[in-house]
Amino acid sequence: MSDTTGIQAHPSQRDGGGAAAAVPPPSARDRSRKPAASQLAAWAFLAPVTIYLLLFYAYPLYRSLDLSLRNYTVRSFVHGHAPFSGLKNYRIDIRDPTFTPALLHTLIFTLVSIAFQFVIGLGLAMFFVQHFKLSATLRALFLVPWLLPLIVSASTWSWMLNSDSGVVNSALHRFGFAPVNWLTAPKWALVSVIIANIWIGIPFNLVLMYSGLQAISPDIYEAAALDGANGWQRFWRVTFPLLRPVTAVTLLLGLVYTLKVFDIIWIMTRGGPAGASTTFATWSYQLSFGNLLPAFGPGAAVANMLIVMTLIFGFVYFRIQRKQLES
Amino acid sequence: MSQRKTWLKTGIGLVLTGLMLFPVYWMVNVSFTRDRDIRKSPPNWFPVPGTLEGYRAVLHQQEPYIATSVVVGFGTVALTLLLAAPAGYSLARLRPRGGGALSFVLLIAQMIPGIIMAMGFYAIFLNLRVLNTLPGLIVADSTLAVPFGVLIFTAFMSGIPESLLQAARIDGAGYLRSFWSIVLPVSRNSIVTVSLFAFLWAWSDFIFANTLDGGGRHLPITLGIYHYIGNNNQQWSAIMATAVVASIPATVLIVVAQRYVAAGVTAGAVKD
Repeated sequence: MSDTTGIQAHPSQRDGGGAAAAVPPPSARDRSRKPAASQLAAWAFLAPVTIYLLLFYAYPLYRSLDLSLRNYTVRSFVHGHAPFSGLKNYRIDIRDPTFTPALLHTLIFTLVSIAFQFVIGLGLAMFFVQHFKLSATLRALFLVPWLLPLIVSASTWSWMLNSDSGVVNSALHRFGFAPVNWLTAPKWALVSVIIANIWIGIPFNLVLMYSGLQAISPDIYEAAALDGANGWQRFWRVTFPLLRPVTAVTLLLGLVYTLKVFDIIWIMTRGGPAGASTTFATWSYQLSFGNLLPAFGPGAAVANMLIVMTLIFGFVYFRIQRKQLES
Repeated sequence: MSQRKTWLKTGIGLVLTGLMLFPVYWMVNVSFTRDRDIRKSPPNWFPVPGTLEGYRAVLHQQEPYIATSVVVGFGTVALTLLLAAPAGYSLARLRPRGGGALSFVLLIAQMIPGIIMAMGFYAIFLNLRVLNTLPGLIVADSTLAVPFGVLIFTAFMSGIPESLLQAARIDGAGYLRSFWSIVLPVSRNSIVTVSLFAFLWAWSDFIFANTLDGGGRHLPITLGIYHYIGNNNQQWSAIMATAVVASIPATVLIVVAQRYVAAGVTAGAVKD
């Protein structure tokens, strides 16, 4: 980026689609002069966070990459000097019988969670955007599940889904259904953690879609109503197309955040029973911290595969954001 | 809209909110339930006759955990503000060369799964011998909030009118002066938002606590609950009472700072 001319504004320099993107651009004239002293000052203010990022983001990431490329034992983990082993840990993981189920569970967990969170969140947003008495208060209360510590939500759901004394089975019983071993039956464990995760994720989708709906001018609906569009048509022909940008953002961020969910699954089922709810996040933890004999190398390799999946969706998100800014 | 129609909507809204918050109600209900009633079938829908036994257990057993979490929470807030506010000022007002790249790195940093950070921190902390210490946990917890903090501060400080800063410059204020006596006081709302979220995330953190502080002398409340669940499966009223206490910061946030919360969610997600 050439700054020497000092006259032209640099609109492309705003940022990488970052937080400031939504803020009106400052007038170019105020900011076009950039003497060396101000660059020095600018970086002096940025220095702490830059050093912090290097020490506490880049270095831990490097360490976890390094862990995955070496043959660590407990001894060499403490004292260093683990031999370089290339991609051996990754090969161990891929040949592990846990690999395919864990990958499958990760995908199911993520996609099913997001589908339900989004549909419910959108429905609620469309309901709350109508502004009735108490609507603001009730909407705020909907945020509660999202703000609760995950251990609180997870342990509450654990107790609600308890086979013998849980309120869910008690309600099922009242309606004549047989009790379900939610957390202890292999075919239900994944369903259970997905239910809890949907509950936690609804507020996020509600808030984002609500902000998207608010941005749609009521005039458009009036015009559509004058043209004789019914409610269903209004939704599919007017609301939904206009919501597409915020939908893309919500879904992609949802993907990024759901892929890495660990706490809920670990607290509710520990990935069990017999690996029935193991995802990449819990498997990685299990390998590194969950056994008496830790397998740091393979554990870090799983974590790094997870990060690759996350970043793929992350970059799709950035691309879409940038396209939206340009148009 | 007719009067009756809006009341109908309010009614539907109340039902939906009730459904959504049922697990929260259930947590409170169980926390007041007597141990002998806990496994009753069907369960008691109201805590009558109730007991404070669970809360007594919290007071006796969980107090040190709560104190630890408060310390870790405030430590995280302080560290986050110290790092994020100056960075936001620079990115928003001083246009550093390469600032765009740095914002981008911050956005990616937010997406990194906690389990990976935990593993890296574990290896580093082991070598530095800061495993199971509070400063170590504070540093790890701050990684949850610092990128968010910088993004919020940048967005907010970009909106400060330039005339305000120009006036200060004419009066001979340098960068540090402008930052300290103009930008920071005007940015009070964003300071509140960032502090609230930093505290909440540190308070709620489980993964760093469990990996980096699992064997420490001072354990946070999340581990208090976790060990409770692991050790005695029977005392659910005590477990749920602890969960209720652990939910206090989130509740305070909703009641006191509702508008900041919604602003934080949308700013952290839509704008980044």
